[in-house]
Amino acid sequence: MGERLHIAIVGAGPAGLSAAGRAAHHDREQGRSTPSYVLLEGFSTFAKTIQKYQKGKHVMDEPGFLDLRSPVPFVAGKREEILGAWDESIRAGLNIRYNAEVVAIAGTRGDFTLTLQDGDTLQAENVVLSIGTQGNPRALGVKGDAESDFVRYTLDDPAEFQQETIVVVGAGDAAIENAIALSDYNTVYIINRRGEFSRAKDGNLNAVLAAINDKERPFHCRYEANVAGLELPAAAGEMGAIVLNTPSGEERIACHRIIARLGTVPPRKFVESCGIEINSPAADAVPDVDRHYQSNVPGLYIIGALGGYPLIKQAMNQGYDVVEFIHGKDIKPADYPLLQEQFSGLPYVMDAEAVLDLYQSRIPMFRRMNPLAFRELIIESRILVSLPPAEYAQAPQKGERSTVFIPAGEPVYRHGEFSTSFYTLVEGTVELQLEPGGPWHSIKPGQFFGEMSLISGRPRQGDAVVSEDAILIETPRRIMVKLMNSNEEVRRGIDLIFIVRALQAAFRPQLGLQELSAIASRVDTCRFNAGEALFTEGEEGDCLHLIRSGTVVLSRGSDRLVVAQHHSGDLVGQMALMGSPRRRDTATAAVRTETLKLYRDEFLALVGSQPEHVATLQNRLSRLLQQTNAMASQPEAGRAIAFLMDQGLGEATNALVIDETLCVGCDNCERACAETHGGISRLNRAAGPSFAHLHVPISCRHCELPHCMKDCPPDAIRRSADGEVFITDSCIGCGNCETNCPYNAIKLSYPAPPKPGLLSWILFGRGSGPGQPETFEPSAKDKERGKKAVKCDACMGQAGGPACVRACPTGAARRLSPDEFVQLVEAR
Amino acid sequence: MRESLLNWRDYRYLKASLLVLLASVAVYASQHFGQLTQPPNGGTWQGYVLGTAGALLIVWLSLLGLRKRRYRSNLGTVQGWASAHVYLGTMLLVIATLHCALQFGFNVHTLAYVLMCLVIFSGFYGLYAYLHLPGRVVALEAGVAQEDRMEELARVDVRIREASSRCDANLQSLVISALDLTRVGGSAWQQLMARDRSRVTVPGGREQQARTVSNSGQAVVIEHLSSRIPDARKQSEAEVLNELLALFGRRQVLLQQLRREVQLRGLLKIWLYFHIPLTMALLVALLVHILSVFIYW
Repeated sequence: MGERLHIAIVGAGPAGLSAAGRAAHHDREQGRSTPSYVLLEGFSTFAKTIQKYQKGKHVMDEPGFLDLRSPVPFVAGKREEILGAWDESIRAGLNIRYNAEVVAIAGTRGDFTLTLQDGDTLQAENVVLSIGTQGNPRALGVKGDAESDFVRYTLDDPAEFQQETIVVVGAGDAAIENAIALSDYNTVYIINRRGEFSRAKDGNLNAVLAAINDKERPFHCRYEANVAGLELPAAAGEMGAIVLNTPSGEERIACHRIIARLGTVPPRKFVESCGIEINSPAADAVPDVDRHYQSNVPGLYIIGALGGYPLIKQAMNQGYDVVEFIHGKDIKPADYPLLQEQFSGLPYVMDAEAVLDLYQSRIPMFRRMNPLAFRELIIESRILVSLPPAEYAQAPQKGERSTVFIPAGEPVYRHGEFSTSFYTLVEGTVELQLEPGGPWHSIKPGQFFGEMSLISGRPRQGDAVVSEDAILIETPRRIMVKLMNSNEEVRRGIDLIFIVRALQAAFRPQLGLQELSAIASRVDTCRFNAGEALFTEGEEGDCLHLIRSGTVVLSRGSDRLVVAQHHSGDLVGQMALMGSPRRRDTATAAVRTETLKLYRDEFLALVGSQPEHVATLQNRLSRLLQQTNAMASQPEAGRAIAFLMDQGLGEATNALVIDETLCVGCDNCERACAETHGGISRLNRAAGPSFAHLHVPISCRHCELPHCMKDCPPDAIRRSADGEVFITDSCIGCGNCETNCPYNAIKLSYPAPPKPGLLSWILFGRGSGPGQPETFEPSAKDKERGKKAVKCDACMGQAGGPACVRACPTGAARRLSPDEFVQLVEAR
Repeated sequence: MRESLLNWRDYRYLKASLLVLLASVAVYASQHFGQLTQPPNGGTWQGYVLGTAGALLIVWLSLLGLRKRRYRSNLGTVQGWASAHVYLGTMLLVIATLHCALQFGFNVHTLAYVLMCLVIFSGFYGLYAYLHLPGRVVALEAGVAQEDRMEELARVDVRIREASSRCDANLQSLVISALDLTRVGGSAWQQLMARDRSRVTVPGGREQQARTVSNSGQAVVIEHLSSRIPDARKQSEAEVLNELLALFGRRQVLLQQLRREVQLRGLLKIWLYFHIPLTMALLVALLVHILSVFIYW
């Protein structure tokens, strides 16, 4: 135990390195001979997440609008260059301690005790947590399990090993994928703690069972086996061994290498053990910190991904700032000029920090948010100011990062538009419709709107018209989702208004907001996973469901004949309250679905206040019954719909479906796609399942709530007002979208070489012809830049619509929304 | 009814073609009115009108190949072009026949006509194939892709090899030779014929030489296996034989499906290998025809 340090920084990622660099700078200024800080890293090297990137990967420096403020250099470039520059900074004299995993932090400002895994302890006045959210790989838990050449917790390149005996421990997807890839050239044992591979995806499950049963493949499995011990190799290149506890006794397997893929230990438990509160149970919830990145434990600071800032540059800026704050310097954060620019068009002159405080106090829902989160929300949002049309025509538009002027009296969004951003009104009024042609509702300052599309992902319902001199905050969906996941109060507030407005749209009640809110608070929000039933045919029902997001399929009879599909905003099961209580159908969620459940009392209160609307509801119901009846008498059509739903098309907005009775397999659709999209086809015609002459090729369906948009660090995936989901140039090639897409519709690819003209190909045989083969050797420059994600953009911006459809010579390829499925299957 | 090539936009180009047909017949028939200085032929003004229309039509019809590859083009859809191609291409037969007024001979003019007919009739076959064969492929595939079927076949083969290792040497060599001598695909002609050219080597006995015979439909192996089952001496032997019989039964079906699928897909494509080169030849012949007419005018 040494003297008490001024700052202990935990985690040597970009944020930690930057903080250490700044702390070292202060030490130099003060002329200290011994460092006043230490940078603790649990792993044997710095920036392990980036170290794990593939060789030569291009690392981006998004967001481009933010300047770097750090003593440690960082510009976009190759992984090696960035790591090299950081290594240089460390060599220049950072006090870093490797293999020093912190297992406990106790105490408060001025008196922290950090306990390391080897039992050593450190004293520090301040602690900066910059451990990221990746977590550490779960260890084998036996002697000698530290990462080494023999025991590995990652596998970069399976081709690195050949003619070896390798033991893979684990039964998850990573373990299975590694084991199968290794077994091409090695003898592989996979060690499963359980009796089956229950955690794996279907594809991997089939693959591992096939590999185990394949007599030709040197692939062996040990079920119900636990690792009892390791025998490390005596010298490099020699074999070691693993000892297993199996149901039939102890077994020793001699091997060259052990790859353990046991998942990671998420840092949440550790974070909470330090006394830090995380206020939401959501898996991606982050702890609250104040303007100075200080958590609820005084003196304990949180920066980087763990604080909700996953981008390298943001994290490094925070590393710099946090050390300044600890040294008592109240500097303006690096994003201050950004805020100033955003507020530059406001009708009053005020300091940006003051505007920030004013706005936060004006909006009830944001009032109790932590200031840093609100600041982040504003930086990621657009500030909209409405002007009278004459002034608007002359107003300068200085881009998205400045104040955005909009014309007063015009809609901020129109009915049917695909936008999912969330609007908060600061000044002025907005007239809001909840359904096309429906009554208008007035929105007052401090209120918000746009929560419908935010939650359901469906296009806007009705228009929203802005008055003169209104000021709006338009926040992108991903920021709101992050906020709702980490702030229970905001989530509840938005939820309540969502329910109120959903009820207003569905029943048009003549009730005051108070009564409506009272009803809304009694409404249950139900969540259903794909395949779960809302209710079952034959049972007695006492409630109806208003779909909040997702798709519900109604089916009938023992063979589950599909008779109808319903989307968000629709009512399901209203027969129980408007006719006989016995359920005539089984309602099943086709994709992950959320509904609002209304019981008889609430229903009667709602419709009782507006008797004229009951006739409308009854008319809708009887029309619906006609439709379901028509479907019920066409079992073939019902089965085809069921197939489409099974393919996840319930959440699609624009899906490619091929009629196999017309498809001649010419692949002109793929060629057209490639030719109109830089030489790389975004669809795979032959792949994908078929049923009853319908083929669902692998191609983007432009989901209602796109899975790919969930986790995009530079926010490169966007949705246009017409609904196309597309990837912008700011893609950093991280591959998250590729992983998140359940339909394999996104791939990472190098740009294809440019093509010669058609005539020079025909006449001179130059280059490859139309509909190139997709195998090409990327240029050295492209290799350096790395792969980028590519996906279908539904040919947005191209006159005439999707090229795949226009290029189909027989009319087999069609792009459809779910509303058109019925017509598709009935028309046969 | 789905929009196919024929009923595209409510038979738009069928209607257009019928108008073209009426117009052509009217032009042709007008040769019979007034004084007949010469019988109807390509040299009258009506003949020139029909000939010019026909030549332009041929050029336009062959432009489908270009339009199909102009992926950014907004000049209609490819399906619309293909529908027009079908109907107007059919009309070409009438227009060209009226143009020549059935005057044939052994010359380049008739050669152009014959080539044109070949192109059109190969197109008729193509139309038939495009309209009917995809449905047959779907029915055959029954939702299982070709690769999956290949994979199943590979798995069946692995299991056959494994089971055969438990048989006597004679049977094993018979079974393995049946696997090794199975033929699917082959040359274009063999693919289209889809004749089962599989063979099997029947091991020789005491008096007989080993001989390789046709194993079409895996029939020889299946017959051999089924005839041996009643003779099996041990239960284990009967079990292996039964297993092999079942596996070869499945194999027989899979191979037949694969062959048929290869055949159908081949039939869908093969006509283009005639249609396109013949079109090129037609364009050359047409050029010669037009030049020579002008030279000998």
